[in-house]
Amino acid sequence: MNELLSKLSECIEFGKINLASPYPPQMKGQDGADEITRKALETGVNPQDILSKGLMPGMERIGIKFRENKVFVPQVLMSAKAMSIAMLHLKPHFLSGAAKQKGTFIIGTVLGDLHDIGKNLVGMMVEGNGYKVIDLGTDVSSEKFIAAVKENPNSVVGLSALLTTTMVNMEKITKDIKEAVPGTLVTIGGAPVNSDFCAKIGADNYSPDPQGLVEYLNIKS
Amino acid sequence: MSKIIQEIQKGRVLVSDGAWGTFLQKKGLKPGECPEEWNITRPDDVFDIAQSYIKAGSDMIETNSFGGNRFKLKGYGLEDQVFELNRIAAEISRKAAGPDHFVLGSIGPTGKLLMMDEVTEDELYEAFKEQSIALEDGGADAIVIETMTDLEEARIAVRAAKENTACEVICTMTFDKILSGEYRTMMGISPTEMTETLIVAGASIIGANCGNGIADMIGIVKEIRQVNATIPILIHANAGMPHYCDGETTFPETPADMAGRVKEITEAGANIIGGCCGTTPDHICEVHQVVKNL
Repeated sequence: MNELLSKLSECIEFGKINLASPYPPQMKGQDGADEITRKALETGVNPQDILSKGLMPGMERIGIKFRENKVFVPQVLMSAKAMSIAMLHLKPHFLSGAAKQKGTFIIGTVLGDLHDIGKNLVGMMVEGNGYKVIDLGTDVSSEKFIAAVKENPNSVVGLSALLTTTMVNMEKITKDIKEAVPGTLVTIGGAPVNSDFCAKIGADNYSPDPQGLVEYLNIKS
Repeated sequence: MSKIIQEIQKGRVLVSDGAWGTFLQKKGLKPGECPEEWNITRPDDVFDIAQSYIKAGSDMIETNSFGGNRFKLKGYGLEDQVFELNRIAAEISRKAAGPDHFVLGSIGPTGKLLMMDEVTEDELYEAFKEQSIALEDGGADAIVIETMTDLEEARIAVRAAKENTACEVICTMTFDKILSGEYRTMMGISPTEMTETLIVAGASIIGANCGNGIADMIGIVKEIRQVNATIPILIHANAGMPHYCDGETTFPETPADMAGRVKEITEAGANIIGGCCGTTPDHICEVHQVVKNL
């Protein structure tokens, strides 16, 4: 049983989706996240353990390697893909309450900005680290963020922007969210922003990489 | 008119233009507004940008078509105007450039990831083909494929431009300096890895754009030169990383900062120098002054 979970972590860390996937080359012909998650459930492994002892350690390892510039976006995306496949098998158990996620994270690219590569990457990594993720998409207004926060009390909100022109919208959205639902934590990320900007606009946290965000959420949730 | 590479072969260092996106914003482009739509709704403003770079001393200017591919334009409901918006973009810059300056038709990334199956190779090829043909139709001398981070997308774009137009094809990627001090794109591609692939695909000029400022560009030029002694190199550098203050973003590098690095970067092997985000006609004017006296 433990062996299945450690194999699953390895699949997540190296982005091995399923048996048929040729990536990564060193794991060709082996079971992937898809098969191993199914096997684990069939043999009675606790869904909570699959999440916290299988998926999460793998996601954490790839997150750290990404932060250390040892891997780049493509490797993380493959890990995220492997993780999504495993999560499909786990979803019914979250719904039934047999497995619990650590908290809810709402994410969106801010108004005026249509870029979603970074936002998607962060969303997938947060999900892989045990959170329920609500992705509001791109070009998201204050109203949409606020509605999602009201529907999901105690969730943390993540704002993403790629452009120097749209990062300025983070200020108003942060203010609007905090006015509508006081106490809501807002965390920001994206190429043009930094901790200085975060402080200036009154957001609660800036993370330069997804792993930093996960660590922030782990403290706050 | 001769080709850009012929001018470089004469031993000249050429000056390209500066930023378009941040210039459009200064002229009132709102967040969420489609920059390429201005080619139709505000052609005089677009022309003014092109002309101000010619006046500043650019040997070549780009076109207002960076996001003019069918995927990006679809986000604004303009996907049925791809050809027209690109053709007019090139016409406007052609008018400003006259017969003596080069027009580089700008093509940026689609924002779609091949490896996540968001798009197929054929779909990418068709999109870049459509954009390249329209830019050539409007009078572009060259196609500049820029801000690329995925080598596969860059390669497909270069091929599409090369195989479907008579334009010279330029390709520049965007690199960050990583913790080890090496340069990599977001997708992990090094200048070394980029060089051979883009040349084989059909690029006659390669280089880097955007990034963290002109100082980092020197290291990138050196790395390309180490693996290829002759391929012409174009650099479009940002005026540093943006700062935010009181609702406004500013860029830290002044025209003098940028011009102060020109000698070093051409000695490292760069053949064409211009700017990206945050650079202005003043930056280009000072770069031109230095280049003139090299």
